Amino acid sequence: MTIKEIFDSMAYGPAPESATEALAWVAGHNGTFGHWIDGAFTAPGATFTTSNPATGKPLAQVTQGTADDVAQAVAAARRAQPKWARLPAHKRAQYLYALARLTQKHSRLLAVVETLDNGKPIRESRDIDIPLVARHFSYHAGLAQLLPSEHPDLQPLGVCGAVIPWNFPLLMLAWKVAPALAAGNTIVLKPAEYTPLTALLFAEISREAGLPKGVLNIVTGDGSTGAALVDSPVDKIAFTGSTSVGKRIRAATAGTGKALTLELGGKSPYIVFDDADLDSAIEGLVDAIWFNQGQVCCAGSRLLVQEGVAPRFYEKLKRRMDGLRIGDPLDKAIDIGAIVDPIQLATITQLVKDNPEGDHYQAATSVPATGCFYPPTLITGLGTASTLMQEEIFGPVLVAMTFRTPEEAVALANNTRYGLAATLWTENINLALDVAPKLKAGVVWVNATNLFDAAAGFGGVRESGFGREGGWEGLMAYLKPSSKPALLRPVTAPAAPEDPVVDTLDRTAKMYIGGKQARPDSGYSQAICSPKGKLLGHTGIGNRKDIRNAVEAAHAAKGWAKTTAYNRAQVLYFIAENLSARAAEFATRLQDLTGKPGSSEVDASIQRLFTYAAWADKYDGSAKSVPIRGIALAMNEPCGVIGALCPDEAPLLGLISLMAPAIAMGNTVVLVPGAAPLAATDFYQVLDTSDLPPGVVNIVTGPPEDLAKSLAGHMDVDAVWSFSSHPLSALIEREAAGNLKRTWVNHGRARNWMGAEGEGRTFLSQATEIKTVWVPYGE
Amino acid sequence: MQTISPTAPSPTQTGLLPQVTHARNPGMALDLDWVASVQANTSAIERRAATLPGRRSVKKEHQAAWLLKAISLIDLTTLSGDDTEGRVQRLCSKARQPVAPWMLEKLGMPGLTTGAVCVYHDMVETAVRALEGTSIPVAAVSTGFPAGLSPYRLRIAEIGESVRAGAREIDIVISRRHVLTQNWQAIYDEMRDMREACGEAHVKAILATGELGTLRNVARASLICMMGGADFIKTSTGKEGVNATLPVSLTMIRAVRDYEARTGFKVGYKPAGGIAKAKDALVYLALMKDELGHPWLQPDLFRFGASSLLGDIERQLEHHLTGHYSAANRHAMG
Repeated sequence: MTIKEIFDSMAYGPAPESATEALAWVAGHNGTFGHWIDGAFTAPGATFTTSNPATGKPLAQVTQGTADDVAQAVAAARRAQPKWARLPAHKRAQYLYALARLTQKHSRLLAVVETLDNGKPIRESRDIDIPLVARHFSYHAGLAQLLPSEHPDLQPLGVCGAVIPWNFPLLMLAWKVAPALAAGNTIVLKPAEYTPLTALLFAEISREAGLPKGVLNIVTGDGSTGAALVDSPVDKIAFTGSTSVGKRIRAATAGTGKALTLELGGKSPYIVFDDADLDSAIEGLVDAIWFNQGQVCCAGSRLLVQEGVAPRFYEKLKRRMDGLRIGDPLDKAIDIGAIVDPIQLATITQLVKDNPEGDHYQAATSVPATGCFYPPTLITGLGTASTLMQEEIFGPVLVAMTFRTPEEAVALANNTRYGLAATLWTENINLALDVAPKLKAGVVWVNATNLFDAAAGFGGVRESGFGREGGWEGLMAYLKPSSKPALLRPVTAPAAPEDPVVDTLDRTAKMYIGGKQARPDSGYSQAICSPKGKLLGHTGIGNRKDIRNAVEAAHAAKGWAKTTAYNRAQVLYFIAENLSARAAEFATRLQDLTGKPGSSEVDASIQRLFTYAAWADKYDGSAKSVPIRGIALAMNEPCGVIGALCPDEAPLLGLISLMAPAIAMGNTVVLVPGAAPLAATDFYQVLDTSDLPPGVVNIVTGPPEDLAKSLAGHMDVDAVWSFSSHPLSALIEREAAGNLKRTWVNHGRARNWMGAEGEGRTFLSQATEIKTVWVPYGE
Repeated sequence: MQTISPTAPSPTQTGLLPQVTHARNPGMALDLDWVASVQANTSAIERRAATLPGRRSVKKEHQAAWLLKAISLIDLTTLSGDDTEGRVQRLCSKARQPVAPWMLEKLGMPGLTTGAVCVYHDMVETAVRALEGTSIPVAAVSTGFPAGLSPYRLRIAEIGESVRAGAREIDIVISRRHVLTQNWQAIYDEMRDMREACGEAHVKAILATGELGTLRNVARASLICMMGGADFIKTSTGKEGVNATLPVSLTMIRAVRDYEARTGFKVGYKPAGGIAKAKDALVYLALMKDELGHPWLQPDLFRFGASSLLGDIERQLEHHLTGHYSAANRHAMG
């Protein structure tokens, strides 16, 4: 074309970023890579090919990690860990700072390798991914520096295993490696099969930071390598990826005592109210669903538009879609690059083809004839039941429907198994700040989308996983208390003698469901005796139906979460007051049940209620220092319905130690009392007189295994805790995989309920989800 | 006040001027509901503007062609108290020959000129004479430029004077105080009167966005000026503290797009002040291309109000031709 012709057409023309240096780096390794273990590349084993999805051309041969490879890497990490943990915090901070700086110094090489391997536009790897990687290491250098003074009672977990996805290969590495190392752990990381190269490059760069050998290990391979890592003797698994694999990992790690964080899929709502700046909301959609080809776990993939503006919004959106440029990811003027792999492309293509309902609009933009490309697609007119409205597509396909009122928008937004992120657009601050807390999501963006920062927690609720990455809250997932808990001896209820002593009027202890006393569905009861053989009473033998009823009652009481914290504090104080009034009676009961004096446990119970009455309005969220003009609010929200298997060894105090933090934070609970349930059933009379709304606390007595299984498997329970002396931890964690509810179990370890470890921030953090609400501002 | 229905424009209002290839915007009745519904989310607009330069890149001969296009869109401007006939004549000769002939020859673009020359009223006749034999129009800033606070009668009369002196384009300034007090009717009436006073001459409405306080005000003022019959909306006089910026531009051209979608009429856009580098010009062109499309890359719908931009473009073009970075003294000053 002549200049005159271009002058007339004003076409963009090619603007390629050079791949020369990146390819030279691969060539420098003869195009074949081993693992990075103990500070060096291993000799390549059996390899597989990683390709450039934009061209289909092979980039490199990468070793398929075996279980032995994983074992070697874990062993190297294990060897290195004690010394790494003993380093002065400042020294670890220096290493992390060096990794941040080296990321910056090698930024273009990292960006180009990322784009070659993944297919994402160079603009994104250059302007978003790599700068966020540097930011993450830099931020965590700071956390490492401050950790000992801020949290002197915590220690690293040990060796962490990380399995990461292909959509943000190096950024996800940073999200795992930075907190793990900052906290004093060592790590074995398996990058995704499609995109292993930047992890290997980063490992090589870590040499320039002088990182001690074995602190960072990379084992490449496919899902079987990841499974081997999950099964290996690591102390924590951090996984980002699909919900289905997340569930398998939850089940596989159940009962092992391995810490677990899961950042999984989503079908995140993108809500546009009729008073929004529509053009900006559309530009937001470009960043939501056409960022990284829509291969983003938190992509705003479910568009909800207020009905009155929907036609105009769709028209504007289609016009914007037509302007998106799709093609060579190395071109600096490309908006949409290549889908990561032909298999993914086939999955997207098939999913859309199999679901022709609704109006399908593909952007009128030219799509390269070869390579893994899929055009920006909008599907309108779908209903909530449509497959494409429910299932994560993980591609550049936006599905849309309309809503009428804010209330309906919230209902539709939350009508999903997932809960990762949500976006809302409105110029009305009242509406924005009303809706944001109502959305089931770990992250909410107001008038923006896909904002990320190391200081702000990121993570999901529901089947989008649990745990947060970023901020202090993210670091906590890589630490544990310095104290070494003792083994918990099983406590069994005294067996009823054949000829029990009966010397009081028969009293019927029922269950407590929805504020009412309820007989057990089974119609069976269990005699409860003192250690000396006195018949103290009966409790119902609860079953799954009692659990069902209790969970329903707990949901019916969800208004509790909306009451003020002051109100919740008053109720807790009132419970303490009423318990105090009956202290002598409870002390006697405890003495009967346990054979030991009960007054100190009653006193401690009253104190504990005071503790959480105090905390109710003091467990504050925070405003994160994120690098935008705006605020990122980390808000502590209740988990929802928490099922708790209460301790056996402290019949009253144990139950109150779980109940009080949960309800203080606005949760409703289903409590399964421990070995001496009459203390719990007596206690509901205290609850009954303390202005506690019906259903906030429900008590189901019965065999802990059965009830734990029902609770952990219940799809409408948000978290299950267990401090039972029965071996329930594995069962609960395995059953919880069904809806990926959070679990907090004792793994057979004891906790001193009378002491400091029986209360405090740990309980509060387990009782809450941190929601990060981003609100950019400026007029 | 004359009311004009967009569906039945009179011949004079839609008559094609020599440089115009589309129907001229006749304006429409003031629609305050529309104005009230306009939203502009500042931080979102700033984010879009901030990422734009990273999203688009034009290289090699494409870059050269785009820079030549930018030259064809420049309103080469002098608006100083010390302007003289000699100064204006020199500017006009630069407008006729913005790039050294040997360079234009090599680039295959002989005869390229700037889009217009922009001067104060007293310099219009000088400029018109200096540009005789070319199709380069003379634009006059008017209506008590830059503050727009002289007697209303005189501001309107000034337009007529400049048109009679040969100006084919009139850059008017709106009364910022009416925007700041939300007196939309007053802005609309003023625009209407000024448009009428311009007659066949094209009218560019200068919003002085640096004095409007918010992007929402910018969006609303843009819309009202288009309703009032502006042929172009323009950011700045060049005399405000803040002149053309990408966020302001994005806000204004989104208004242009909405106006076209509603009425079918295309309105031009002119960022002015502060655009001094070739790279900036490329970003603006990409913005226009992506947000509004190809028609807004032509001089009838897009202009740069700039005085020093041309010099930087000349150096970049020479670099393109020779492979060596250039120097200012190698190019004729304007």
